[in-house]
Amino acid sequence: MTELNFAILTISLLLYVLLGGADFGGGILELLTRGKASGIVTRAIAPVWEANHMWLILVVVILFVGFPTVYSTVLTALHIPVLLVLIGIIFRGSAFTFRHYDIEEVTPKAIYSAIFRYSSLFTTFFLGVTLGGIILGEISLDHNNGFYAIYIHPWLNFFSFSLGIFLVVLFAFLANIYTLGEIKEEVHLRRFTRLAKRMILVLVFAGALVFVAAELDGHSLFYEFYHSPASIISVVLATIALPFLWINLNRNNRTWVRITAAFQTIMIVAGWFAIQFPVVVKMKEGPDLTIQNAGAPPETQFYLLIALVVGVLIVFPAMGYLYKTFKFKKGISSEI
Amino acid sequence: MDEFLAARMQMGVSLGFHIVFACIGMVMPWFMFVAEWKWLKTNNPVYLDLAKAWAKGVAIFFAVGAVSGTVLSFELGMLWPTFMEHAGPIFGLPFSWEGTAFFLEAIALGLFLYGWNRLNKWVHLYTGLVVGIAGVLSGIFVVSANAWMNAPAGFDWVNGQAENIDPVKAMFNKAWFSQAHHMTIAAFSATGFAVAGVHALLYLKNKLEIHAKAITIALSFAAVAALLQPISGDLAAKNVAKLQPAKLAAFESHFKTTTRAPLIIGGIPDVENEDVKHAIKLPGFLSFLAHGDFNAEVKGLEEFPREEWPPIPIVHYSFQLMVAIGMFLALLGVIFLAGRLKWKHWLGKKWWMKLLTIATPLGFIAVEAGWIVTEVGRQPWIIYGIMKTRDSLTPMPGIQYTFYTITAVYLLLSFIVIWLLSRQIRLLQSKYLSND
Repeated sequence: MTELNFAILTISLLLYVLLGGADFGGGILELLTRGKASGIVTRAIAPVWEANHMWLILVVVILFVGFPTVYSTVLTALHIPVLLVLIGIIFRGSAFTFRHYDIEEVTPKAIYSAIFRYSSLFTTFFLGVTLGGIILGEISLDHNNGFYAIYIHPWLNFFSFSLGIFLVVLFAFLANIYTLGEIKEEVHLRRFTRLAKRMILVLVFAGALVFVAAELDGHSLFYEFYHSPASIISVVLATIALPFLWINLNRNNRTWVRITAAFQTIMIVAGWFAIQFPVVVKMKEGPDLTIQNAGAPPETQFYLLIALVVGVLIVFPAMGYLYKTFKFKKGISSEI
Repeated sequence: MDEFLAARMQMGVSLGFHIVFACIGMVMPWFMFVAEWKWLKTNNPVYLDLAKAWAKGVAIFFAVGAVSGTVLSFELGMLWPTFMEHAGPIFGLPFSWEGTAFFLEAIALGLFLYGWNRLNKWVHLYTGLVVGIAGVLSGIFVVSANAWMNAPAGFDWVNGQAENIDPVKAMFNKAWFSQAHHMTIAAFSATGFAVAGVHALLYLKNKLEIHAKAITIALSFAAVAALLQPISGDLAAKNVAKLQPAKLAAFESHFKTTTRAPLIIGGIPDVENEDVKHAIKLPGFLSFLAHGDFNAEVKGLEEFPREEWPPIPIVHYSFQLMVAIGMFLALLGVIFLAGRLKWKHWLGKKWWMKLLTIATPLGFIAVEAGWIVTEVGRQPWIIYGIMKTRDSLTPMPGIQYTFYTITAVYLLLSFIVIWLLSRQIRLLQSKYLSND
């Protein structure tokens, strides 16, 4: 049961990366294209963004119900980057909504847009930094250590920052790919296809950077990667998919472009999990937090699982209906 | 500022901010649902305008409520990690259900807000109803988790560890029902009077049909809620008397254990001398309200060691304020229902509109006061009788700074929301005035 709950946690995280990530990426994309994309981005994410961000809440809830030590350890040691993420989430969500609902005036709109864009970038970056802190294994809650060692060092390092950069590029890439499907104008289509291709190259580069940064911080990702067949397979699959993505981009086959990009993201996350499993949080001293030793008692896992399964049965059809209504119909939105 | 105080203040600010948005986000969908339903039935376009205007309000409040709720789900662990580590597996079940309800609410809201021209109009109406129902459910789940902190159940506490965990028992703890109905009714009352108050103010400026209709819809909910609230409050207080006698004693600054305990109205508690100055005292009424018998014994604070007393004055004042507002809103509820049933001309009168305008913020002041009563009244415990709030504080120093930051962010956000809504209202107003 603990494993099943953890699997649902993983899937929620993955969906947050795929769906919520594209929303964050929307802001970054606007920043990159200096606002030229803003109409398209709004059109693509407005009806679904609230629902997309529920995945994060689900992740947090599963953590504190099912894996309470993970929740308390991460939020104690990584208090600072998480706080920065939260501030980013507040500004981003509010600014996006305000931009949409405030009456049409140039100055406030420009301010909302700026806040939306920069906080999308900021939030994504620190989300990556937080993840980096969880993976790197510099967390130690020994109170004999000073403030810096406990609360700063676990996340202020090359690896965490490189992961922040990687996540920024990944989210922007995902947003770019999704946005392609919403574009009707030929000019924009060409511009965004070109951008997507450039983004692929940057993404590969950012991925390599993560490995290099890990070596600099003394955490040999190469070594672990090499010793985990599952993660080799997933990364190989992600790489093989690259030319396929490129060809479909050239052919303007948008459905396949989306599927391929989503597949690659899933493979990246799977590769990371293959290395990490069953460790959830790597600790500097003492035993790592694993699915087993950080899991709540079986009674809790049982009722959590029931709640999650029922939840999935209710939410997925509703989510499907939402997407069907807004995502796969032509001519979205004069009304938005 | 002391770290511990800063952490409590940060939690208070975050909850106090979130609760306003959460209440509006769960109640206003019902108003927009009724407005749309009226439009479908009467074909009067005013109702459609109203439904659309309210839907915009819902979108704004829901979005801010969602982000501030997300923040809270992290803050619990950032400020009180020890509490969450032990309590998460016990009281977390309602949160997992709340996740589903909230998810459904978000999806239905997306369909409602952007589906005006895409969905069949009855399906569209139905999505509005789903938003309302899911909102109320998620509110009840969250309150049930809070109730567990007041009436912990579903585990054995052995040497500082929880054993024999039963999440279902924890969810349906002894306080969940009384807290759930009290909060849900409060949300309807507060939101209803706030919405009616804003429209009453506008009606005083321009007697537009849309405002009159808006007031009727909002007050139909609010009046019923305001009349139910004293009953609900009475049940809640009786429950507190049973489960948390120290908290009840703090409500009333009741220091000495007595029979025929007096109900203390107003007054200034003097904790040093264990007395309340300048108060009206109604002998026997506290006994009656707490236990249904004028001669019943009511435990005073003297029964508890001093370090287990909640901060008396703040709990006392908040409780008095909440009850006073509750009574006033119930009176307005009576006037409204009397007006609907018999004295129809009352409801168009200037004095009535002015009364409603005054009542605009009152419901929310009562909601905030009520949460201060519940939360501060539970101190020094975070899990009543089991774990002290101080013992669950994060070891990270410098919480003052996170408190200042969060407070500044929420203040700014509050100003923007108010400014934004006033702009929206002006827009609606000008549309109608130019049509005339």
